Amino acid sequence: MSVRAVRSGRRGPVPYVVLLGFVAVAVLMVGPFVLVAMNSVKSRTDFAAHGGMSVPSSVDLDSFRTFWNSVGFTHVLTNSVVVGASVAVLAVVVSLFNAYAIGIGRVKGRLWILGVFLLGNLLPQEALVYPLYDLAKRVGLYDNILAVIIVFTVIQGAFGTYLLSSVLSSFPTEILEAARLDGAGRWRILWRIVVPVSRPTIGVMLTLFFIWTWNEFFIPMVLLPSSANQTVSVSIATTQGQHMVDITMQAASSMLAVIPAVIFFLLFQRTLTRGVAVGAVK
Amino acid sequence: MSQAALEPARPPGTTPEAAAVRGRRRRESLALYLLPGAALFVAVILIPMGMNVWYSLHQWYGIGPMKWVGLQNYVRLFHDSTFWTSFEHQVGLVLAMAVVPTVVGLVLAAGLFDYIGARFGGRTAGLLRACIYLPQVMPLAVMGVVWGWILNPRIGALNGLLGDVGLGSLRHDWLGDPRTALYTVMAVMVWVQIGFPLVIFMAGMQRIDPSLHEAAEVDGADWWQRFFRITVPIMRPETYVVLLMTTIGALKSFAAIYTLTQGGPGTSTNVPSYYSYANFFETTRVGYGAAIATVMTVITVVVTLVLLRLQSRQQEVRD
Repeated sequence: MSVRAVRSGRRGPVPYVVLLGFVAVAVLMVGPFVLVAMNSVKSRTDFAAHGGMSVPSSVDLDSFRTFWNSVGFTHVLTNSVVVGASVAVLAVVVSLFNAYAIGIGRVKGRLWILGVFLLGNLLPQEALVYPLYDLAKRVGLYDNILAVIIVFTVIQGAFGTYLLSSVLSSFPTEILEAARLDGAGRWRILWRIVVPVSRPTIGVMLTLFFIWTWNEFFIPMVLLPSSANQTVSVSIATTQGQHMVDITMQAASSMLAVIPAVIFFLLFQRTLTRGVAVGAVK
Repeated sequence: MSQAALEPARPPGTTPEAAAVRGRRRRESLALYLLPGAALFVAVILIPMGMNVWYSLHQWYGIGPMKWVGLQNYVRLFHDSTFWTSFEHQVGLVLAMAVVPTVVGLVLAAGLFDYIGARFGGRTAGLLRACIYLPQVMPLAVMGVVWGWILNPRIGALNGLLGDVGLGSLRHDWLGDPRTALYTVMAVMVWVQIGFPLVIFMAGMQRIDPSLHEAAEVDGADWWQRFFRITVPIMRPETYVVLLMTTIGALKSFAAIYTLTQGGPGTSTNVPSYYSYANFFETTRVGYGAAIATVMTVITVVVTLVLLRLQSRQQEVRD
């Protein structure tokens, strides 16, 4: 029997035991989500009678409805979408400008500039949170999602600058030369040449920035105290234990935060795994 | 990032002189594009960073006048046992969020890639990978809420499950008992984090030449021998990147601590980021909170530089 056949063969019970081990790990990873989903559609009486581990006897969306209305979830969801989308687009524009100057323009001291930008992204947020809180109050942006949009445009843009600069530093010079000979200016070259050629990287960046911003918690929690202005994760986390004694309602509220994340995951799985790899190798 | 990545090869047919002239002209013109990004960065990152250091040199309660105290906050920090305990917990979280996931993730990735993938097909391996990666796409705060729900001592699913399978005697208030709280948080964090190294390592394994494994197999090497002799050395660059990113991630675990335990019971799961938050917004000792945050910034930068340094030295050795 050839080596390849041995390697791909399923002889004996061992491969199945290994597979079973991996399936057990997968169940452990997905199980908590299944449990929360199961209990979020249970009625209160069903939970009281059969506990957390039973399969729901019927699908009851009461907990969702009550939670949705009590925190004004439509509003909270809109906030998260607006913040995530604005940050994704603005941070890409900021990264693009910076990377145009650093990667293609090759400005002096670019390694230092990149280092400083990277520092901005790595910094523990507790080192920024109180000054940002103080500044937001002074300029009248406290409790306003605009403050969160500005802050995360800069934080994500710092990472985007780092990523895109190294991509653009290997941009084919002949294309730029040809455009210049045709009389295209800097602004035109950026939008007509650099942006279309970098579209794959820009796509990854838009996706990552949207999801990272969606998942942010610390700074949005501090900057957005009133429940109507909060984002999804802040709203879910801060309403726990307040007027939320009901365990099925807690499950329903967690589900409301998990569902959008699962949707993004399914929509962008390819982009995300590729993006993680791009971010890691650079 | 290596310097080489920023220095593309010169296009053929251009003299260095011409390139220098052109480069200078472009450098002058494109620097303008840095202005908006740099202005925003100064306003949102650099000025607040400076303000934080400034606060840390004062006694200040958030309102009223600031009182200059020099390095007194740092001196106090050095003798504050609550800070040192929170620092020990942080080390525990680095273990749970960086070291354990990297090691276990490498083994799982190799198992999925060249054992499961080879015998049961790439689709099976891909599906299992997706399941393990799932918690990584969720907000950390929501993962805290989900596990807080599962670990609820009275009505939580874990104690319910233990009761159902006849292990009722193992029921426990996992997060409420100071002796188990930190270990429980660490276990949850391993669960959250494991998918990240897995995905990076599986992507990296695609560059391993399969004939290496085949040759080793012909020579009678078993799976573990091939793992240690082939996979681990080739995955070294990925290992550094994963360790760096997960360690920095572990320093940003505020959301999980806030939703799972709020640092409690007592201070048994307190970490520096939560401790500084509590000083800022609960006891309003802003100067002291700022000192904690400054120390953590310095530590983050040092850890990053050390890991980057190790990584580049490794690269030099290989080259």
